[in-house]
Amino acid sequence: MSSPGDEPGGAVTAARTAGAVLTVRDLSVEYLMEGGTVRAVDGVSFDLSPGEFLGVVGESGCGKSTLLFAIAQLLVPPAEITGGSVVFRGESMVGLTDRQLAAIRWKDLSVVMQSAMNALNPVKTIAAQFKDAMRAHGVASKQEIADRSAEVLRMVGIDPVHLKSYPHQLSGGMRQRSMIAMALLLTPELVIMDEPTSALDVVAQRSLMVQIKELQEQLGFAVIFVTHDMSLVSHFSDRLMVMYAGRVDEFGPTRQVFDSPQHPYTIGLMEAFPSIRGPRVPLTGIPGSPPNLASPPPGCRFAPRCPKVMTRCREETPELYHVNGTLVRCFLHADGGVDHD
Amino acid sequence: MRFVLRRLGFFVLTLWAALTLNFALPRLMPGSPALAIIANHRGALSPSALKVVEAQFGIGHQNIVLQYFSYLGNVARLRFGESLTTQPGVSVGHIVLDAIPWTLGLVGLTTVLAFILGTLIGIVGAWRRGGWLDSIMPPIFVIMTVIPYFWIGLILILVFGVKLHWLPYFFTYDITLTPGFNLAFIGNVLEHAILPAFTLLITTIGTWILTMRNTMITTLAEDYVRMARAKGLPGRRIMLDYAARNAILPNLTGFAMSLGFVVGGAILIELVFNYEGVGWLLLQAVNNDDYPLEQALFLLITAAVLVAILLSDVATAILDPRTRGAR
Amino acid sequence: MATLRAPGGPGGAGESGQVTPVGGPGGGLYLPPPGAGVSGARSVRRMTRAIRSNGKASVGTGMLALFCLVALFPGVIAHDNPSAEIYGRALGPSAQHLLGTTAFGQDIFAQVIYGTRPVLLIALGVGLSATVIAMLIGVAAAYLGGAWDGVLSLITDVLLVIPAFPLLIVIASYLHGASTAVLIAVVTAVSWSYTARQLRAQALSLRNRDFLEAARVRGERSLYIILVEIIPTMTSLLMASFLTNALYAVLFSSGLQFIGLGNPNTVSWGTMLYWAENNEAFQTGQALWIIVPGLCIVALGAAFALLNYAFDEIGNPALRPVKSMRRKRVLPR
Repeated sequence: MSSPGDEPGGAVTAARTAGAVLTVRDLSVEYLMEGGTVRAVDGVSFDLSPGEFLGVVGESGCGKSTLLFAIAQLLVPPAEITGGSVVFRGESMVGLTDRQLAAIRWKDLSVVMQSAMNALNPVKTIAAQFKDAMRAHGVASKQEIADRSAEVLRMVGIDPVHLKSYPHQLSGGMRQRSMIAMALLLTPELVIMDEPTSALDVVAQRSLMVQIKELQEQLGFAVIFVTHDMSLVSHFSDRLMVMYAGRVDEFGPTRQVFDSPQHPYTIGLMEAFPSIRGPRVPLTGIPGSPPNLASPPPGCRFAPRCPKVMTRCREETPELYHVNGTLVRCFLHADGGVDHD
Repeated sequence: MRFVLRRLGFFVLTLWAALTLNFALPRLMPGSPALAIIANHRGALSPSALKVVEAQFGIGHQNIVLQYFSYLGNVARLRFGESLTTQPGVSVGHIVLDAIPWTLGLVGLTTVLAFILGTLIGIVGAWRRGGWLDSIMPPIFVIMTVIPYFWIGLILILVFGVKLHWLPYFFTYDITLTPGFNLAFIGNVLEHAILPAFTLLITTIGTWILTMRNTMITTLAEDYVRMARAKGLPGRRIMLDYAARNAILPNLTGFAMSLGFVVGGAILIELVFNYEGVGWLLLQAVNNDDYPLEQALFLLITAAVLVAILLSDVATAILDPRTRGAR
Repeated sequence: MATLRAPGGPGGAGESGQVTPVGGPGGGLYLPPPGAGVSGARSVRRMTRAIRSNGKASVGTGMLALFCLVALFPGVIAHDNPSAEIYGRALGPSAQHLLGTTAFGQDIFAQVIYGTRPVLLIALGVGLSATVIAMLIGVAAAYLGGAWDGVLSLITDVLLVIPAFPLLIVIASYLHGASTAVLIAVVTAVSWSYTARQLRAQALSLRNRDFLEAARVRGERSLYIILVEIIPTMTSLLMASFLTNALYAVLFSSGLQFIGLGNPNTVSWGTMLYWAENNEAFQTGQALWIIVPGLCIVALGAAFALLNYAFDEIGNPALRPVKSMRRKRVLPR
């Protein structure tokens, strides 16, 4: 396992040539707790192309949010990146201090969090929060700041008069959208979103997703979208990454993963959300619960719950194997050739 | 605005409760001690003062309801009668007014200073978690908060006054000097104020530091602080604008609630240093069984605490937009 | 009693009802979110484990135990009669009188040792009764709601705001001094409102939790719910309330005694200080007479405060000393 910042040389070259906006290699994140360390993210790798919409799904506790914060270098002790590299626009990010990261932050990479009520400073107006982001990146003219603030709010469908409001004075949906507007202030290349729709009702969820997608197509930024709602994100994402217990279990073009899932876990997830329009099928769930990551099971982490488990699964850890253009971490597809990156 | 009005209403209610307590206590006490003392000293009082005292303590033949209302009426007109024993015959109002400036200066200024300093230290301590400041702070300040105010005053007197003869420790100023707005007098006053102020400072600052540190730590874990980092804002701005601005809010309320304790401590400190402020006067009154004076001082102290709390509520309303809104 | 699944918590209520552990995904230090319906016995066990592992708690408990021992068996440690004025006056420390004697010829060491009991009695007495009253009123206000809540809360708030020590002084002055029992009663009357507020706030937040709803649906009576479900969950706050009230009881009662409003003829740390001050102990070189009782007050108070602080940290892991392998600051370097 490489230590942070170990690999960037090779990864950086690869990223530059591939033109990827973000290259993550073998990223691992651990929580140092009193009872031991918990590896919340275990060897995750992927590339992100400019303008791509990547959906990351999994149940709670699978590490998807931790992955996001690790990429954005926003982890807080006791969480730490303990391995792998994150190369953003050709620059390695792991190990940089906040001061060094300040130049890129928000300008090229912005973040949208789950609950706008918690993510927005309750004692500052929307305008003030927009302003300090822009000020921190050299936009000095008051006029420019005012114009841009109004512009981004209009982009998300909010009347700029609300710039004067405090977060608690806006409705939930408006708050969420202002957060997205704030993320777009400096037209970043990558926007990371951590379950931004989970706090909303179903109708607001859909309209927010549509809005995000429109903005993305309009402005051309890449998106990593984390959610537990696979069906929601699958309408909008280019590629889908399914995580389980800190590892990537399936990863490929959305249509493919959604229509023909290969990993037993993904299949289980699909079957738990039967289509409202399809034929009536009995509801199935996945028995058991996710493993305790302080002492994960040996071999494949899904083995204790897998309906297709083999002896081999409990002893060896499967790699990611190629199956028709998708990567699957399952011995059932071991003949597909390992994914080396 | 509505918020402030509501608080104002609450304080009027509390003041009324204190008044009623004042009225009820002497009548509830077994053996009516108040009556005995007053009977002994009524000769010292002028007729109008006598009337006030009768209403306060239940002497005389009016029924209790009438007494209550005359008592309230007297208080409203700031008529507290005259001192029985401390300065017989002198209006209580006068005696109290003489003492107020000293206490206001000492306790008022020192408390504000302690709060500001303590808050700043707490902010920085929480910001630099894991540093040396953070590991020694809690135990030290925990111990500081339990030291009895009067005892630390005594120790300081021992060290700086008796042994080292550096600082005076009796009265508010050298009694051989005549008061006046000249440099010599003011300097002397300040000199006399140093030890008591220092005592008050070190006993109260611990609480502010600790509570600020704790709220700051909780605030630093909030999402909006993480968001501020994500926006690439400079460290100092995050610490002040995002963290401290929010962390201080519960502290303001805490400040208000702690005032009661600070006042108690200040009384003892004034006693120890013979500092002739309101607290010292209260204890003199207690020792002399000078009930009218005692009552007036108690009301004064309560009212002062209420005003301070109201001020901190106003500050909260200003700093926290959520209290102002239509929520 | 089976562990009831905690509703909500950091994972979000909608997520398949799984219990979301605190502090990290999937495991590590498993602490049920506060307010989960954990049985009383479980909480006690959890607490003892937590106490032993927390430095402050161990020190605090140790000190408290020491004081209790001294209070229970003063005769074993000090052999002289504390009130007997038979020794030489104002003697300095010696082998016979470890801390010297007072201006009246009493042995200071004996006074300090024998003086422990009244102080501890007051501390524990007030701690207990104030907490009980606060709990009854706080929980009743939260649970009954409506007009009852309004009235009880108003009374609590008013008493809270009236400055405690001045009120104590006034009451004690009418009584012309107070015995230990009276001190306990009076200090309790003045102190309960502070923790009543906190307990009410917590009871309110618990009131609508799912596990209580479950109990209601099961048909349990209100009293049962209050006693068996709500109160055990509030153990940590009750503990904090006890410790806080005990601490302030020590300070308040010593303060009153110092002024002379306690019973000056009892032997207690506060009264020692009263006599010392009145006999100008500093000026006449009897510094120990003042220093030692004060130190004892500080020590006992510190024991309570440390325990309180430790329980704070135990209940809120974020406050614990950060001990990562590389000591990082939470935020930018």
